Amino acid sequence: MEQNQLITINNLVKNFPIGKGKFTALNGINLTFKTGEFAGLVGPSGSGKTTLLNIIGSLDIPSEGYANVLGMNIGKLNIKNAAILRRLHLGFIFQTYNLLPVYSVYENVEFPLLLINMSASQRKKAVMDALDWVGLTDKIKSRPAQLSGGECQRVAVARAMVKKPKIVLADEPTANLDAANSHNILKMMMKLNEELKTTFIFATHDEKVIQYLKRKIKLEDGKIVKDEIIKTNKEL
Amino acid sequence: MIRFLFKGLLRDKTRSLMPILIVAAGVALTVLMYCYMTGVLGEMIETTANYSAGHVKIMTHAYKKNKAQVPNDLALLNVNELISKVQKDYPTLKIVKRINFGGLLDSPDETGETKKQGIVAGISIDLLSKNSKELDRLNIRDALRKGRFPEKSNEVLLSDQFADKLELGPGSKVTLITSTMYGAMSIQNFVVAGTIDFGMEMMDRSGMIADITGIQDALDMKNACSEILCFLESHTYDDLEAIDIEQSFNAKYSDINDEFSPVMSRLKNESMMSGYFDYIDNFVGILIFIFLFAMSIVLWNTGLIGGLRRYGEVGVRLAIGEEKGHIYRSMIMESILIGIVGSVIGTIIGLGFSYWIQEVGINIGGMIKDSKMMVPTVFRAKITDTAYYIGFVPGLFSVVLGTMLSGIGIYKRKTAQLFKELDT
Repeated sequence: MEQNQLITINNLVKNFPIGKGKFTALNGINLTFKTGEFAGLVGPSGSGKTTLLNIIGSLDIPSEGYANVLGMNIGKLNIKNAAILRRLHLGFIFQTYNLLPVYSVYENVEFPLLLINMSASQRKKAVMDALDWVGLTDKIKSRPAQLSGGECQRVAVARAMVKKPKIVLADEPTANLDAANSHNILKMMMKLNEELKTTFIFATHDEKVIQYLKRKIKLEDGKIVKDEIIKTNKEL
Repeated sequence: MIRFLFKGLLRDKTRSLMPILIVAAGVALTVLMYCYMTGVLGEMIETTANYSAGHVKIMTHAYKKNKAQVPNDLALLNVNELISKVQKDYPTLKIVKRINFGGLLDSPDETGETKKQGIVAGISIDLLSKNSKELDRLNIRDALRKGRFPEKSNEVLLSDQFADKLELGPGSKVTLITSTMYGAMSIQNFVVAGTIDFGMEMMDRSGMIADITGIQDALDMKNACSEILCFLESHTYDDLEAIDIEQSFNAKYSDINDEFSPVMSRLKNESMMSGYFDYIDNFVGILIFIFLFAMSIVLWNTGLIGGLRRYGEVGVRLAIGEEKGHIYRSMIMESILIGIVGSVIGTIIGLGFSYWIQEVGINIGGMIKDSKMMVPTVFRAKITDTAYYIGFVPGLFSVVLGTMLSGIGIYKRKTAQLFKELDT
């Protein structure tokens, strides 16, 4: 594996049992992701985007084939080690934010750090840095119910980024946002991708997200039909 | 992490308030019931001890066999010598002589002819000795309704109700018609010194208290008595201590082949008392089990509702990398906090009500008008040391058990479904 290669997927198959038969959600997937990618799994509903994101995120295991994330074979990981991988190295952003409603913005962002037993002073610095990245240092005491949708998603981004994970997985992160907020969030993620070299992998069929991607992996019926690097004007 | 959880509990009232209220209510009831039953049963036991059984009691074998008939012909003899020996063997025991007697009490008119008569149930106690604690032991100092306490051996106290029935009052002359311990007829005149309200229906109907020397004269029982009652130094019955004393006394003084030899019997072995003691022993366990069971079911249900409300939160925590066991344990930790807070509140409320019932009491005189049991008419709770922590057992266990049952669902969550579940 190359030194900056974070994820390697070979001949990955994922089947789900249906009655006496099975449904193949992913069929013969081969992929690699390197440090600092800003990639998206795109395709219609049922194409296998979220299933692939689940496997990369160690939330599910392959039925066949091989998926290696940060040097760990996902198929061989037990529940405990899968949780450790997520806790230390992966960040998650959801469509519906999923902030903890009774906690403040600061506490929501702090929560992943409590799980890795970071000291209080380090936690405080990390949380303030993360809120600074997303421009919410003035809202640290607010509760999620007091924030707009865009602000909630920015808190979710801060929560995903606060432990400086190697990989951030985002499932339809702009689906609940209007156009202006979607662009703001995506620009902010791009900035973090460039500054912190965090790899972002999206599962989306939203054109607003797709236009920001540097790599577009198109899935159809569980297969990759196109894997395209999008070059910026500068690169061209 | 605990601070973090505690903050969540404080802010999410639906997560904390309902379980705390359930726990507090259950704990308050547990404490109240415990104090009430301890008070009632304890008072019944101590009343029985003070009036008739002592903590341990010495009789003859023959008297013991027939004690329901109050057979003074089978009474103990040479009691002063026996008491000296027993006091030497057991210096901490408080020892008193008692003679129980029955008979006919005759109320004469000015000419000496019978005006009214009634069957009397009497006990004779040491009323005249300077150091006698018998009035306090029988708790009748405040029960005097008319007249005064006896100052001579021929003066008696009658129950106020009984005196009214016989149209007697302080200064009235009465005649006790009964039999001596040798079977001869005994007719002895007494003067009513005062009337009292025993607060026990059985004694209030026909009770009489006389000084023991007067009754010894009347029943020809010089240096004899029906029973010797012994009280433990702590003033509270302790079965283990009583067993020790009973066994050592009987080994030394009792001869099973001599029906007039003394035999000691402890309070628990007195008729009906054994059941009370077993009931008290089992009562705490039964009480805790009932509240533990009932509250666990309610809190299990509350936990399930809470689990539904926190479905998203648990999902996010799993996705972020928190282990299922850690989430489960953190919920149990929350439940312990809820249990402690609820138990403290419940204990304070329970003790408050118990204190009120301890001070004011509940008068059940009307309900036990025809009772033959020696029970007080006012029932009071009693706050003991145990009352301060007894509620914590069902309080903590029920909420932890409820959470453990409802939290099992966490282990059934499939992480592969999280994106789907959390994105809806």
